[in-house]
Amino acid sequence: MLSPAAAPKATARPTRNRRIQQGLRERLAPYVYVAPFFLLFFVFGLFPLLFTFYVALFDWDPIGERRYVGLANFAELVDDPRFWGALRNTFSIWVLSTVPQLLLALGVAHMLNHVRLRAATLFRMSMLVPYVTSVAATTIVFAQLFDRDYGMLNWFLGLLGFPHVDFTASVWGSHIMIAVMVAWRWTGYNTLLYLASLQTVPRELFEAAAVDGANGWNQFRHITIPALRPIIVFTVVTSTIGGLQIFTEPLLANPVGGLTCGAARQCQTLTLFLYEQAFGRFHFGYGAAVGVALFVMVVIVAAINYLLVTRIRSERP
Amino acid sequence: MNPASSTVRRAPHRRRSSDQVPLVVYAVLGVMVVLSVFPLYWMFVVATTDSATATSLPPHVLPGGNFFYLAGLVFDTVPFVQALLNSVVVATSIGVGQALLCALAGFAFAKLSFRGRNTLFLIVVLTMTVPAQLSVVPQYLIMSRLNWVDTLQALIVPGLVSAFGIFWMRQHIVGTIDDDLMNAARVDGATTWQIFWRIAFPLVRPAALVLGLFGFVNAWNDFLWPFIVLKSPERYTVQIAIKALQNNRDIDLGLAMSGSFLATLPLLVLFVFIGRRLVQGIMEGAFKG
Repeated sequence: MLSPAAAPKATARPTRNRRIQQGLRERLAPYVYVAPFFLLFFVFGLFPLLFTFYVALFDWDPIGERRYVGLANFAELVDDPRFWGALRNTFSIWVLSTVPQLLLALGVAHMLNHVRLRAATLFRMSMLVPYVTSVAATTIVFAQLFDRDYGMLNWFLGLLGFPHVDFTASVWGSHIMIAVMVAWRWTGYNTLLYLASLQTVPRELFEAAAVDGANGWNQFRHITIPALRPIIVFTVVTSTIGGLQIFTEPLLANPVGGLTCGAARQCQTLTLFLYEQAFGRFHFGYGAAVGVALFVMVVIVAAINYLLVTRIRSERP
Repeated sequence: MNPASSTVRRAPHRRRSSDQVPLVVYAVLGVMVVLSVFPLYWMFVVATTDSATATSLPPHVLPGGNFFYLAGLVFDTVPFVQALLNSVVVATSIGVGQALLCALAGFAFAKLSFRGRNTLFLIVVLTMTVPAQLSVVPQYLIMSRLNWVDTLQALIVPGLVSAFGIFWMRQHIVGTIDDDLMNAARVDGATTWQIFWRIAFPLVRPAALVLGLFGFVNAWNDFLWPFIVLKSPERYTVQIAIKALQNNRDIDLGLAMSGSFLATLPLLVLFVFIGRRLVQGIMEGAFKG
């Protein structure tokens, strides 16, 4: 390492200047390295979030005027049956997709965790195929499979003697259809998360349980589930926040339904409602108010989850 | 009877039977594989048959010979080559950007000491939970102020670095880079940048690659934001091009399906090579929705 004393006298000044410059650069380096994130986050993340609250206070037309209306947008939102309908649809699709998906993922992860499983890599990789398939492509295929007249699913139902179901037209039908798309995409992904968590459980635990005569189901109940509790909570939180953002499926699953996902708005989700108001009807203020409502819901979900987690922990140590 | 000795005696026998994978496990996993892959196969089937065959019941489950006809129709209906190119540009920029910028910031948080480090890192962690979608209205206003509406940089720039990516890279750098190695490099006169670029980054390149791949896949598949900011067909990414094809659904059922297949094919090919890494990445905690 260079020390100031070692430097020859004649070149002391420029060296010192360079050293100061160098020292300054070294000192600033960490800030420069983290700057891109904070710059982009402030411009495209935090600022828009705060600005949403501001825009929501206006009657804001992207082309023309904007007029301050105070809380009128929120008052309108609370009285708007379209908003409550979208909330109901979002919630229903979330429950219909999350519950079966996480249960299935748990069971499959338990199976994938067998020590002697052959072709394990093949199984794991095929689980992830839906994840790399785009939501748009997924939706278009499933819409065809669920088609009233020519869909494979209705053909099966017909074979079993049931009448054809017009999935897109009914509330439950459209919700189930969208939930299947969501579940298809995320089941394998969640399976891998559970599997990763399961692999941290010592094998001896399962072996000891088997020695004590516990069958697969009992091992699943008494070892798998408790070991996975933290990751289960994590997946519930992510799937809830993801559920609030469902947009592409209802938009593409019912192409004749347009931005409302059908004349009765039977499958319009909150994010689709936001899009319809802001970019379909150019009510930016009202769209922003829906955004604020979504934000409040994210906060509520986070709070409920937090309470549940702490309660589970205190009930079952 | 001594319970311990009986356990010891029974253990080898029991263990062998519990180690064997029951056939039902293979059956269930086999069904899962079929369910995972079948919709893609079906997409290909409909993308290769004429509409009369595609709508016949019972369904034809074998591909037909219409693939090139329908693909040609896709390229005639929307500028699909351009859309593929746009998607490649956007997804590659975001993948590379995330791999480099997140590694850089993760390195700073893991290995450099500076005032405000802990506070800044806490902010990074907190921002991971807020979904960006709820503020699309102001984001759009910002883009129109920047004159970025209907440009690809409106998709690229906000995605170049992510809070999750920083978190992920920091974890890897903490676990991989030895402090002694860094100090030795410093003693030899290396600058911070040189330590990052010559020592730290090469060591965490696998983790950065996984991050970049996830960035690529997510950017390739993104729908809502491109749907909002892209206006003219020459700017469409493949996902938006699919939506445009769907508007022509009456012409041919296979058209949207063919477009979907063409839009998915590049990722499927990529997946053959990188799938193992993605699986590994998720299992190591690359959980990003």
